[in-house]
Amino acid sequence: MEGSAARWFFRLMTLFVLAFLYIPLAIVVLYAFNKTRTASWPPDLWTTEWFSQAWQDPSLKPALFNSIKAGIAATTLALILGTLASFAVHRFSFFGRNTISFALVLPIALPGIVTALALNSMVEAVPFISFGLPAIIVGHATFCVVVVYNNVIARLRRTSDSFIEASMDLGADGVQTFRYVTLPSMRTALLAGALLAFGLSFDEIVVTIYLSGTESTLPLWIFNNLQRPTNRPIVNVVAMVVLLLSLIPVYIAQRLAGEGPIGRKERSPEGMPVAPLEEAGPG
Amino acid sequence: MAVTASTSAPPKGLRARLSASLFRHPKGRLGLILSAPLAWMVLVYLVSLALLLATSFWTLDPLTSTIDKTWGLQNYQTIIDGSTYWRITLRTLTMAIQVTAADLILAFPIAYYAARMAKPRIRGIVTLLVVIPLWANYLIRVFAWKTLLSGGGPVDALLSAIGFGNVSLAGTRWAVWITFTYLWLPFAILPIYAALERVPPSFVEASSDLGAHTGMTFRKVIFPLAIPGIVAGSIFTFSLTLGDYLTPTLVGKDLFLGNAISSLTGTANNKPLAAAIAVIPIVIVIIYLSLAKRTGAFEAL
Repeated sequence: MEGSAARWFFRLMTLFVLAFLYIPLAIVVLYAFNKTRTASWPPDLWTTEWFSQAWQDPSLKPALFNSIKAGIAATTLALILGTLASFAVHRFSFFGRNTISFALVLPIALPGIVTALALNSMVEAVPFISFGLPAIIVGHATFCVVVVYNNVIARLRRTSDSFIEASMDLGADGVQTFRYVTLPSMRTALLAGALLAFGLSFDEIVVTIYLSGTESTLPLWIFNNLQRPTNRPIVNVVAMVVLLLSLIPVYIAQRLAGEGPIGRKERSPEGMPVAPLEEAGPG
Repeated sequence: MAVTASTSAPPKGLRARLSASLFRHPKGRLGLILSAPLAWMVLVYLVSLALLLATSFWTLDPLTSTIDKTWGLQNYQTIIDGSTYWRITLRTLTMAIQVTAADLILAFPIAYYAARMAKPRIRGIVTLLVVIPLWANYLIRVFAWKTLLSGGGPVDALLSAIGFGNVSLAGTRWAVWITFTYLWLPFAILPIYAALERVPPSFVEASSDLGAHTGMTFRKVIFPLAIPGIVAGSIFTFSLTLGDYLTPTLVGKDLFLGNAISSLTGTANNKPLAAAIAVIPIVIVIIYLSLAKRTGAFEAL
């Protein structure tokens, strides 16, 4: 359809942007094996010395464990709160319904430092939450709710109510219907939401800085060591490992997308989107 | 099911009664499921924001370094009277606009290619490759550019190889601009891709049936329909740049709004003034969002 010059322009720009996105990541992998402490070009390859130095760093492992703990706790809270909120908004109409999603998105829509400073003021003022892991969990859960909410409500909107009605007609009570009909139909949406929430929490730094007190998390560890030029190499190897680990959620997300509606986005030969099949019911 | 139901009769009876009563009282059901998330968002977040806003009207007692909770506009006066915060705000706004412009220029062609030119398999690969960096840790992506842009590092070597001589981007505003552009690029590509993908093929056919050539169809049909996606992308790039202070700290030297806020909460410990400055990006984001809303960008988010 388009002229071949235009076609080439778009193709080259695509390759250029992909190179722009991936060369920096490749550089992180490459410089993890660099012998010198500076990042001068060309790198002086190869050494694995920094890997053992990073492994022996006494502050790295506690930081990593804190990140995992905070991620799991914040994800659990976000799953509960986000699912409840999405059910409320989907099933009922009530005063202020439209402001719910707005309120939920605020913590990530406002600049990170605003959310951070606000939560910091709150933790300072409230006696029963202390700076450190508890405050981090509360803060992370607050901005993770929206990703669970978005995933679950999107699924609820696509799920036909007739399954629920059929279940109730067949004599199941509300709890049974939820357990055997609603929940299975939302499994992948919940998993996707949980994955995103965990990723968000594991990645977060600004809110964490303002809530951590004396505790550390993996991003905090990276941040603190980034400001010490002599620690550049161990930051680099940790960065490389974390980078490779982030392929795990990408893989899971792809699998989920393959099961879910994204996998059905393949177009038919006429170029028309294939009509989305209704969400498969339980069993 | 029936067997389970009859063997566990007593608890089932209670549960069934509860279930039935909730079915008859939708308000009760709503209250049951809405109260927890509502309480959380109000008590944890909205109260925090209100507290922050309140703090901006208080002052720091310079002698005791405690917060004096008498209400007043002193902090806003400080911001408006001096030139420092005007300059920082202007610098931050300029950076946000520059980053948004660069991201949109880079994002449109790849989004267009993936949505309207590539075969389904290539489209899947390109969109996956755009999403993957979002899963990579933010600090690691900043770190990657800190490495690339370090003195005598890969970028400097490249610049001297293509004839720029002995320049270094390390610590410059160029470094901040490139890093920001890199960080938020996927956020710009995805909404534009989604908008372009939704343009119905029948519109394009109708346009060419009515005699428009490719360029005209692009200008009059495809591009206008992509605008909500472009604006949605710009919301991300603009507001993320406005609020970020770690990237300028790590790859640059200049102070941006976020840096002003963070340095006031750190060593100076002047939280009231920091809270007042935090209102600046909030106001700018709200203005930007209300302008963006007119283009229908919210449906494209």
